[in-house]
Amino acid sequence: MKTFELTRAIDGAQAIASAAKSKTAQQGADIRFIAGGTTLIDLMKLNVETPQKLVDVTRLPLDKIDNLPDGGLSIGAMVRNSDLAHHPLVQKNYRVLSEAILSGATVQLRNMATTGGNLLQRTRCMYFRDTAMPCNKREPGSGCAAITGLNRGLAILGTSEHCIATNPSDMNVALAALEATIHIRGPKGERSIPIADFHLLPGNTPHRETVLEPGDLITHVTLPPPAPGSRSLYIKLRDRASYEFALASAAVVVTNSGGKITRARVALGGIGTKPWRSPEAEAELTNQSASEDVFRKAAEAALRNAKPQSQNGFKVELAKRCLVYALKAATQAA
Amino acid sequence: MADPKETISSSPRRPPEGAIPVKLKVNGKDYDLRIDPRTTLLDCLREHLHLTGSKKGCDHGQCGACTVHINGRRMNSCLIFAAMHEGDEITTIEGLGQPENLNPMQAAFLSHDAYQCGYCTSGQIMSATALLKEPCGPADADVKECMSGNICRCGAYPNIVAAIQSVRQNKEKSA
Repeated sequence: MKTFELTRAIDGAQAIASAAKSKTAQQGADIRFIAGGTTLIDLMKLNVETPQKLVDVTRLPLDKIDNLPDGGLSIGAMVRNSDLAHHPLVQKNYRVLSEAILSGATVQLRNMATTGGNLLQRTRCMYFRDTAMPCNKREPGSGCAAITGLNRGLAILGTSEHCIATNPSDMNVALAALEATIHIRGPKGERSIPIADFHLLPGNTPHRETVLEPGDLITHVTLPPPAPGSRSLYIKLRDRASYEFALASAAVVVTNSGGKITRARVALGGIGTKPWRSPEAEAELTNQSASEDVFRKAAEAALRNAKPQSQNGFKVELAKRCLVYALKAATQAA
Repeated sequence: MADPKETISSSPRRPPEGAIPVKLKVNGKDYDLRIDPRTTLLDCLREHLHLTGSKKGCDHGQCGACTVHINGRRMNSCLIFAAMHEGDEITTIEGLGQPENLNPMQAAFLSHDAYQCGYCTSGQIMSATALLKEPCGPADADVKECMSGNICRCGAYPNIVAAIQSVRQNKEKSA
């Protein structure tokens, strides 16, 4: 591991001022915020991340979960994944978020990982993690070893000729289906970004994963009030029953009114270069009957633009079945 | 020849350039250290404090052999910088029980033959004792899910689950 200077942020303003001197934003930057460390320290040990300065933000007062006046929820960036998943309001009103978090990692890691950090979780692409291999995300311009290499676990949606790395987070998929908003404080003030716009597609710049600029600190995430009468859940398919990343997953929030779907929000995981919201699937579901035919049409629409690689063609059908299964479960009589 | 007293210190080597002062509280005891900021909590425990009960398996948060409690919650000490945990209550297997005064979970692992080589055992026991206070369902399958962060290369899993369930049942009876 390359050595670094470690400082503890006294307050948000000081943390932002320190990190604003960074040449690039958060991921891969020379100045990095550190919270749970479950991604960052892992990648520092591999010399994939080599920050010169770490700003410890774990003691900032951003660890609260609060009701919002509109009936929504505010989740501090330092709230640990375990605390979020087990919070009574999350379990009651945002079941998909609790299930998504609990389907990922282990109890130990969930006790460490934070909401803000999970939003910035980096890909598990083995070429990204190996500094001896080319990777456009880690070293822009070096090429993508995955496209011609081992790509079974990698993305089929949102890829480019430069990068096919999957966004590995489960939490992000649930937040996409819940239409969460990410709140950021930076050198130029505060701003709020819908999660759909927070992560970037790889395109020609796979090293840029989010809209964050140097010094930007995620302060909290807000969820809109739960849609009246809606049910939500998360289905995750993987190679083993626990502690494994998704091959395909589906987060759905559905309102089923007497057999007719009046509102649907769909996001897929394990298959996209970013948490994959599917307005195409939602359009196929809205104002249709809650039937397997409709679910299948929605799944076909969600995967219409899928671009499988040499080893991950199976994900196309797997993701479709995952979504159909999730929609069936979410619309079944209670 | 160097004075042997000088060669034995709480530190494995002279503090390197860039070492920083860190105060840690481990098993109720306070330590004043000077360590490289790169030092993980696991390396700090093992190499500086000579608390070698916590084991290094994968060193990437995947195997659970390094599991310790921080403020009562189980975490992977290999993915934690020691210097970030000033003021926190850190508990290792050494703080859980002693050979003459075993923690009930340690005793259950013995009586259920819940290990073979023993390398993962301290991590398993640290996870298992934390699990008692976590929202874990009653079934064996629930315990397996909650213990998936602790790998046992010898495959002692059935006996590990049995040991944990026996402690949970005794806890219920005495409650």
